[in-house]
Amino acid sequence: MKRRKVDVAALPAATARQIDDRFQVATPLRRMFNKVFPDHWSFLLGEIALYSFIVLLLTGTFIALFFDPSAKEVEYSGSYTPLKGVVMSQAYNTALNISFDVRGGLVMRQMHHWAALLFMAAIIVHMFRVFFTGAFRKPREANWIVGVSLFWLGFLEGFCGYGLPDDALSGTGLRIASAITLSIPVVGTWVTTSLFGGEFPGDVILDRMYIAHVLLVPAIILGLITVHMALLVKQKHTQWPGPGRTNHNVVGVRMFPGFAAKGGGFFMIVFSVIAFLGGLFQINPIWLFGPYKASVVSAASQPDWYVMFLDGSTRLMPAWELRWHMFGHGYTLPPILWPTVVLPGILTVLPLFYPFIEARFTRDKTAHHLLQRPRDVPTRSALGAMAITFYMVLFLSGGNDVIADKFNISLNATTWFGRIGILVLPPLAYYVTHRICLGLQQHDREVLVHGIETGILRRSVDGRFYEVHQPLAAADDHGHAELDYAGWVVPKKMNRVGALMPSVRGFFRPIEQPPGQPTEAPVSPAPDREEIGTGTRQR
Amino acid sequence: MFSRFGPARRPPSRLRRRLAAGARLVAALTLVGGLYTAFAPAAVAEDSSGLSPAAQQGKGYFDQTCASCHGSNAQGVPGKGPSLIGVGSAAVEFQVGSGRMPLAGQAAQAEKKKALYNLDQARDIGAYIEAVGGGPQIPEGDDLHSKGDAARGGELFRVNCAACHQFAAAGGALSSGKFAPAIAATDREIYGAMLSGPQNMPVFGDNQLTPQDKADIIAYIQNLRSDQDPGGWGIGRLGPVPEALVIFLVGLVALIFATLWIAGKS
Repeated sequence: MKRRKVDVAALPAATARQIDDRFQVATPLRRMFNKVFPDHWSFLLGEIALYSFIVLLLTGTFIALFFDPSAKEVEYSGSYTPLKGVVMSQAYNTALNISFDVRGGLVMRQMHHWAALLFMAAIIVHMFRVFFTGAFRKPREANWIVGVSLFWLGFLEGFCGYGLPDDALSGTGLRIASAITLSIPVVGTWVTTSLFGGEFPGDVILDRMYIAHVLLVPAIILGLITVHMALLVKQKHTQWPGPGRTNHNVVGVRMFPGFAAKGGGFFMIVFSVIAFLGGLFQINPIWLFGPYKASVVSAASQPDWYVMFLDGSTRLMPAWELRWHMFGHGYTLPPILWPTVVLPGILTVLPLFYPFIEARFTRDKTAHHLLQRPRDVPTRSALGAMAITFYMVLFLSGGNDVIADKFNISLNATTWFGRIGILVLPPLAYYVTHRICLGLQQHDREVLVHGIETGILRRSVDGRFYEVHQPLAAADDHGHAELDYAGWVVPKKMNRVGALMPSVRGFFRPIEQPPGQPTEAPVSPAPDREEIGTGTRQR
Repeated sequence: MFSRFGPARRPPSRLRRRLAAGARLVAALTLVGGLYTAFAPAAVAEDSSGLSPAAQQGKGYFDQTCASCHGSNAQGVPGKGPSLIGVGSAAVEFQVGSGRMPLAGQAAQAEKKKALYNLDQARDIGAYIEAVGGGPQIPEGDDLHSKGDAARGGELFRVNCAACHQFAAAGGALSSGKFAPAIAATDREIYGAMLSGPQNMPVFGDNQLTPQDKADIIAYIQNLRSDQDPGGWGIGRLGPVPEALVIFLVGLVALIFATLWIAGKS
């Protein structure tokens, strides 16, 4: 048989032509591949969330092959001896089997859990970046709303996943969830009984959460991520101000090949960090918790970190129960309503509408594609710091029993720290951040007018001292330069303007060799010293 | 009458008469004292007649270091230390053997520290307290777990112990500075703690947890301690709090460094 010679070099082009002949994708793909993305490290934080979501889908599919969310009671007969013969639900039984009897099951479970924690952590940090740089402003309000919704969907998805293994910790979490839904006025009992199919725990909740966890919520998240990305492509990425960057262009690298290569590499990095965590750090050791029983509650029962702030708000809330009679019926508002229904309600709605609230206060109706430095918007930065402090106090209070125990503090003291701190610390954070922002702004303007502080002090003939500044532009008689603030980094060290050796690019080692590297720093030679004396002497 | 045969003696001098009277007085007193010593009731000897040599030894330690707070007869001193009547040797062996007693200072709870008395001495004190007031005792032997069933012990542990000591026996906080310590203890210490209810712990007498239940629980706890953490580093086995620390301090920090590595910085 005669073998045809294949021209390997022409193969990609030939394949592409064959594809284009059939699908006519060259024009749209060219547009796509030429899409420009600005290059800054802070723009990769959202990608961490995206990539951990992919890891979640992959590991989750593997786990789902071996998991059965049934509440049917079975006797454990797997290989973990300290549970041998213990009666448990089939869900817990299969979760244990994944951990001990499925090859690679434990590392997959742990990677799944770490990826979930990382997904939420990356969403939060990404959200901080978007908030503090004003990337949510017009025209990107809708994408901000999608992002906030993604956080709450991730929250729901994580909570369902936490409840699925039916160990003592997840059962405790579900118990609290049923108490929270019960506390909702008027409809609470109906909501709870329809969720659990009767009294807690019932035997349907695991099946329902399973479908929510593996199908409904991930599908919505996936859909919203698609919308998030599509809006990003349509509205283009924001960029930092800088040379050549305006409100009407995007400066960066093309999607293909530069950005795609970088993104693919970063996916590998995220994957490897998750694998590293899943392999080396034990997470959610369900075999230590035991099967869920209503009589079992352990010390240090906490939800995962992104739910912990609600646990904290519950711990800080005083036991104020409201009771009254109306229309011949008795009504009760339990204290758990405020920290677990009203507070998250506020925390959902307020961020959703923040872009519009801010625009209303600033009366800013123009579209923005350039980012703002946090210092240039002191009020927003201070509000953000206030929100973070508020969240941190709740978050720490959520783990206050562990903190109290491990640092030998009274548990009551930590509760009171939280109660007072939640009122005092956020306004303090607002004030401090506001002042820091103003101070940084002031310093920027000062450097623009007076120049860089060189650190050189010069003494004049009559004994006065002068601090030598390096003006950033041609200076007038007083040494003042006329420079406008461009909304970007003002050089504040002499080596930023080339006084020292040119900085060599590269993180671990230089990735470029500067042409004709000078052996000495390009500093103008010091002026000849004049002899300073008390008078002229006749020679 | 013999004086008749000899030359007539001079009557004894005054000095001699006085010396002789003194000597007679001393001899009479010695005689009476000796008779009294011989016949009077021997109070000291009868006082210690009921104590075994170990308890006798223990009483010595007790008088030295414990009596100031617990009273000279272990009856307790209001505001300082409780009565030890009826606590038994189990409590003493646990408290003294683990170094919690003697107390370093009045605080929310006694801390475990380097023991002042070794285990033998602690048992001596226990024997004394047992002799004074009776009470529960730890069974003989150092191995109290090998007859236990760890799986059953696990169920009992989760119902009875985990609420304070945490699911992995890593310890937990109680109110106002009190705490349930992490359980890193010998079989006898765990048994003694269950039997005597030290500090803020409830007593789990033999009618609540039978000796077999106790052996099961000890078997489970010792099994937990020898568990190798199949998932990697256990990060204290404290649940989601250290996990939150790890995801931010390890996971996210590593990835933010990665972004700084691969992307532009200004």
